[in-house]
Amino acid sequence: MAALPGSIDQAQDLLKAGHYVADRSLATAVFLALKLGRPLFLEGEAGVGKTEIAKVLAETLDRNLVRLQCYEGLDIASAVYEWNYARQMIEIRLAEAAHEGDKQKIAEDIFSERFLVKRPLLQALEPDPKGAPVLLIDELDRTDEPFEAFLLELLSDFQVTIPEIGAVKAAAKPIVVITSNRTREIHDALKRRCFYYWVDYPDSERELEILRTKVPAAGLDLSKEVVAFVQKLRKRDLFKLPGVAETIDWTDALVQLDQVALSSAAIDSSLGALLKYQDDIARIRGSEAAAILEQVRADLAAEKAAKLLQH
Amino acid sequence: MPGEIQRGSRLAQNILLFARTLRAAGLPIGPGKVIDAIEAVKAAGIGSREDFYWTLHAVFVQRREQREIFDQAFHIFWKNPQFLQRMMSLLLPQLRYDKAEDEDRDEIATRLAEALQGDRAGAMDEIPVEQEEVEIDAALTFSDRELLQEMDFEKMTSAELAETKKAIAGLRLPIMEVPTRRFAADARGRRVDMRATLRASLRNAGAIPLKLKSPRYRHPPLVILCDISGSMSRYSRMALHFVHAITNDRDRVHTFLFGTRLTNITRDLRHRDVDVALDRVASHVKDWSGGTRIGHSLHDFNTDWSRRVLGQGAVVLLITDGLDREGVEGLEEEMIRLQKSCRRLIWLNPLLRYEAYRPQSQGAKAMIRHVDDFRPIHNLDSMQDLADALGRATMRSDRPNAKETRAA
Repeated sequence: MAALPGSIDQAQDLLKAGHYVADRSLATAVFLALKLGRPLFLEGEAGVGKTEIAKVLAETLDRNLVRLQCYEGLDIASAVYEWNYARQMIEIRLAEAAHEGDKQKIAEDIFSERFLVKRPLLQALEPDPKGAPVLLIDELDRTDEPFEAFLLELLSDFQVTIPEIGAVKAAAKPIVVITSNRTREIHDALKRRCFYYWVDYPDSERELEILRTKVPAAGLDLSKEVVAFVQKLRKRDLFKLPGVAETIDWTDALVQLDQVALSSAAIDSSLGALLKYQDDIARIRGSEAAAILEQVRADLAAEKAAKLLQH
Repeated sequence: MPGEIQRGSRLAQNILLFARTLRAAGLPIGPGKVIDAIEAVKAAGIGSREDFYWTLHAVFVQRREQREIFDQAFHIFWKNPQFLQRMMSLLLPQLRYDKAEDEDRDEIATRLAEALQGDRAGAMDEIPVEQEEVEIDAALTFSDRELLQEMDFEKMTSAELAETKKAIAGLRLPIMEVPTRRFAADARGRRVDMRATLRASLRNAGAIPLKLKSPRYRHPPLVILCDISGSMSRYSRMALHFVHAITNDRDRVHTFLFGTRLTNITRDLRHRDVDVALDRVASHVKDWSGGTRIGHSLHDFNTDWSRRVLGQGAVVLLITDGLDREGVEGLEEEMIRLQKSCRRLIWLNPLLRYEAYRPQSQGAKAMIRHVDDFRPIHNLDSMQDLADALGRATMRSDRPNAKETRAA
């Protein structure tokens, strides 16, 4: 079990060790969340690496990752616990067959932990030899408000109440990471209990670093061109801007196509890895892409020339 | 003074008059309340103005949105003893209301002004102006700013408001519901509620009584996009009252206004008093009664807001006449995108009041192809029709996901 980071620098190193290139502000949020034992609330567009943070934390801190994927209608039975009804039924029949008439005893027996099916949130509260797990509550915005309200108890006291058993308190506070794509606003009461961080698109320097870490097979020139191209694309008026995940996918695709540098033809044929809406693809494909590529090349050439002059 | 109040005393009469004023301003106050109020004042005594205020407040105000009206009425009515005395001597307030504009002074709600004024316009000239000026002019100033860019909403008269409110009360409930993935116990349900069944089986040994459950139903989120351009100005105020009522009746309502640009007014409308809410809206919106750029506004909505508010199968009400000052370039694409992002897209068009209306303008032609429903919204009747349409289980739309809806 790795120790928690003692400073912001250590938090940054920790993320780096997990191949996650984080800027200072994110490292600060992560450090504070770990240090003060509060949940980390990550919001941002799809594909900017929110979920990845939880995975990296689990990996580098050597903890188990307990993941709860949210969806509309998510309820206690699939998020926290459920009774194993079939086994309970059998148990009752057996007790009756054995003429154990004491109802009170049967009730106590069948509502014991043996018959409890534990779902992610309850699992996260259990004692773990590796230390408290990382609890990832993914895409919280997909679920509905009642579930959000339920989370309030869990996130402030780290306990859940099962009527038949009583309150179950966490052995040790889990490291909680909540993500949201902002398809609806999360209630202030929940955000108030967390450290909030807006995960933005990275700047070109950081994106290049991410790309070098994630797709080492791509040459430096190709990576630079890709990053410059994507950064320019994000300034366009598109319905869905490409995230970091798309940049990585696209670079992977280009590598598979044996490209060492961007070309109009390669861009047009692989644009689907980068843009996910037909309107956007139709707008960019062809002349627009060529124009951006032209600009990218000119910029990179100018940059190179400036460097040469310096030497 | 406590305990000294006699039936027919001045204070009792004052309270009676005050109650009448409040009633005229729309608060539901019957004769019983007046007696209660006199009793309450007797019991509490009039130690201070503040005590007196809260004593009357406790009796007359029953809902949060009534507080604003009560507050304004109280301060006008009980401020100037001379004013009151004069009112007492005349039994009913017969005052002269100078309608001079005074931009610096606060306006009071039109409906309260009307209530104070009553129907006695003819008797107004009898009172000399000078004595009342200080208190009353300040309160009852009207403004002609209505015609200016930042529209003043205060102009809805009591009659209009009462009618709209009445109609709206009927409109609220029947908006369609959709099944959620949550369940509630239901004796006629179609699924077995295992947990309840097991508990029941413990109570009566031998048999296992089946307990059933069925899905809960819930309103889908509602997003309202309302055109406030010049050509729509006569309807958008009515529409805003409608929107305010809906916002306060159910959760998950988001409202946007657009003329030349898009403004999110959801938070402003949360205020329970319609006057205050619309005031806040007015202070926010800068493009009142100007031109329209429907395509541009929809584009802004699609890029900045659609993913944030159209999640979970929202129903979109688009209130516009479809007259676009800008060209129609891009409008059709934005309409397609909007329709694809929501459960149902309903276009409410006040121009539909003309029987022979056919979408003539290019904008309207582009829009009509991409809506699930198309309805008039120019008077209370059409609003009623709209409510019925929204509540009906059979949808005009042939979109597959419309089938799962049902009447509330």
